[in-house]
Amino acid sequence: MTHDTAGTAGATGTSGTSGTSGTEPEEAGSGKGNSASPSRRSLLGWGGAGLALGAAVTGGAVAVARSGEGEEAVPASSAGGAVAFLGKHQAGITTPVQDRLHFAAFDVKTDDREQFVQLLKDWTKAAARMTAGHEVGEGAFGGLVEAPPDDTGEALGLKPSRLTLTIGFGPSLFEKFGLKDDRPEALVDLPRFPGDNLDKTRGGGGLCVQACADDPQVAVHAIRNLARIGFGKVAVRWSQLGFGKTSSTTPGAQTPRNLFGFKDGTRNISGEDNSALAKHVWVGEKDGPDWMAGGSYLVARRIRMNVETWDRTPLGEQEDIFGRDKGEGAPVGKAKEHDEPFLKAMKPDSHVRLAHPDTNDGATILRRGYSFTDGTDGLGRLDAGLFFLAYQRDVRTGFIPVQRSLARADVLNEYIQHVGSAVFAIPPGVRDKDDWWGRALFS
Amino acid sequence: MRPARLPAATAIAAVAALTAVTGCTEKSDAKGGGNTVEVTATDDKCEVSKTKLSSGHVELAIENKGSKVTEVYLLFPDDRIVSERENIGPGTKQKLTAEVKSGSYQIACKPGMKGDGIRQKISVSGGKAVKRDPRLDKAVADYRAYAQEQADATLPKVKLFTDAVRKGDIEAAKKTYANSRIGWERTEPVAESFGDIDPKVDLREDGLEEDQDLEKDWTGWHRLERSLWQDKKLGERDKELATLLDKDLKDWQKRVGKAEITPTSMANGAKELLDEVATGKVTGEEERYSHTDLVDFKANVEGAEKAYGLLKSVASENDPALTKELDKQFAALDKLLGKYREGGGKDSYEFTSYDKVGKADRKGLQDGVNALAEPLSKLAAAVVSSK
Repeated sequence: MTHDTAGTAGATGTSGTSGTSGTEPEEAGSGKGNSASPSRRSLLGWGGAGLALGAAVTGGAVAVARSGEGEEAVPASSAGGAVAFLGKHQAGITTPVQDRLHFAAFDVKTDDREQFVQLLKDWTKAAARMTAGHEVGEGAFGGLVEAPPDDTGEALGLKPSRLTLTIGFGPSLFEKFGLKDDRPEALVDLPRFPGDNLDKTRGGGGLCVQACADDPQVAVHAIRNLARIGFGKVAVRWSQLGFGKTSSTTPGAQTPRNLFGFKDGTRNISGEDNSALAKHVWVGEKDGPDWMAGGSYLVARRIRMNVETWDRTPLGEQEDIFGRDKGEGAPVGKAKEHDEPFLKAMKPDSHVRLAHPDTNDGATILRRGYSFTDGTDGLGRLDAGLFFLAYQRDVRTGFIPVQRSLARADVLNEYIQHVGSAVFAIPPGVRDKDDWWGRALFS
Repeated sequence: MRPARLPAATAIAAVAALTAVTGCTEKSDAKGGGNTVEVTATDDKCEVSKTKLSSGHVELAIENKGSKVTEVYLLFPDDRIVSERENIGPGTKQKLTAEVKSGSYQIACKPGMKGDGIRQKISVSGGKAVKRDPRLDKAVADYRAYAQEQADATLPKVKLFTDAVRKGDIEAAKKTYANSRIGWERTEPVAESFGDIDPKVDLREDGLEEDQDLEKDWTGWHRLERSLWQDKKLGERDKELATLLDKDLKDWQKRVGKAEITPTSMANGAKELLDEVATGKVTGEEERYSHTDLVDFKANVEGAEKAYGLLKSVASENDPALTKELDKQFAALDKLLGKYREGGGKDSYEFTSYDKVGKADRKGLQDGVNALAEPLSKLAAAVVSSK
């Protein structure tokens, strides 16, 4: 198998991070001896995905480590290692899904192109440092006592925790800086789907940053510091914290469950399956525009779950709604979770059947969503659900057909509501230490 | 609403960075025995054994012979602190040491740790003169004058308000309320540095402690604001409160010119004014009955801009990109605020009632404040890095 440097990632000992820093080698290698490696190779090659709500098979804490020589399975999250920042693709897409998320969307406030470009450069620099486990700028202490420190300090002493920072450009960005002609055709405004109850203050944005890490403090620190660097140039429009990854890009023995208690999204594109990634996730050279080659498109949806009514639903009905059993997660009529589903055995309005690529002309997306609970909603109901994140090569052939099919008929809709929505173009990765996020678009 | 005074350690460090004078209050290994000043503090006297010293290591041997806890300061002529020793109990001795360059200084004893203290002038000669940027001394002096002007101009405006309250004229009182607060809001960090005046005049309902009584212990502008807008009536207590407000603000007027002000406290005071906006005004908490938050907002920004303007010439030499950004963000925030002016010219203080400002607009104001406050937090560094 061949790999790109950034996308698949893992703990890195020798690959480039930022110009000024590298990961401690002992951190990267420390997991080697006690690896609980699953027989990942035997599980590779499931190209199909398509469960819009979802969990998939995961390697749990096991992630792929990479050294200069080759690859070995290493429990990277327990090692707290760093994920390579530089690469052809941005990290945080095919990177083995970390445990926690802080996602933030920003409005662009400045009209000054030069100033905005400087921000992208400053963010790139800070992101390279933070993903390598270093402080921003001159650090969190030891400087002038009259001035606030560059770094806010709450991640001091914590490991890199596989932090990845992934930037995206939203439709409204292309209204600025004379970028109208550069907006990719594949970055469409999403149509209104039946049942949507979208809150504008929880959607949209000219920029987004997805911060994933195994330690929530590390993810929150990263967004907070980027927001701080951005004041005056960009302003946080909305943000979302996530926990309990609901899908995985590393097929393994365990499938995480969503807040309905189901293993959902058993099929996801593996971060190792380069042919599926090339077909369904990465923007190709000929897809256009040029600056997007090696990038992807992200759809983010805040999907509220009515957990109280769900919990009062009989088991049989719950299982019919998903099209899988609750214990094993096997498709209807099958014994094991990973058995090929027989769609016709499922109810016509079951979630798995409607989300399956076979129902949607092969539409396939890479999901790395997270559960969320934001306390209670004032009516005593848990404000909880799924923060759905899906990467695809083209939104028009990825998320839209799947969601059309689900929004129209999915019986699960009785228990969920899409309340936030955003779409972003994810530019390719930062190639070297002189490169910066969005260079190909702004140069 | 928060004590804005720089912690003593910060103030000392600021001075050290400015002038290369190091306060080292913990050291007692005074070298030059001839450079020791015996300071005898009592409740009404501050006697020093000599007033002429040589530059270098200076030691103040302090004895408190009074009945009150005292503190002793070694000060520059403009009141900036070289070094200080707090909490010197009655009958105890303490030492204070400092590295001092030639120039004139003052020693101040503060019995009860209050007020300006009892001052003694001393002069230090020999060696190198203290390197001082006269522009910063002037900035401090000008800002002190500004704070005094604001206080002087506020008193008559407050009297218009309090007279209306005493007359029981609700309409006139409502009309003069917000205007009476502008001078205070412009210089709030200075006023707050006294610690005792702020809670008397500017306390909000939720600022009361558990054992304090809403009727008996709550005084000042916001208590009257509640009577006018929420209770919609003025009683005997309100008339007493009006007179008390006059009295407390007279105290402020008397003391404001002697506040401890340094270039860094000016710079960080400007940032604190924006913090006031970000935490109290943008949320509508400050003027929750009258909804005149935008008047305070404007005044806070003006006060910050004044302090910035006085420090700008020095800051722009050290960090031209910063002052360029600050100029831009002050202008942007002024413009944004201008959108909420109701009639009147560009200097008018007639602003939209804050309960009429929607969520999205409040977010826009918050974004504008963040855009200014973040670079403003770097102003002090740009000021002290000057040589």
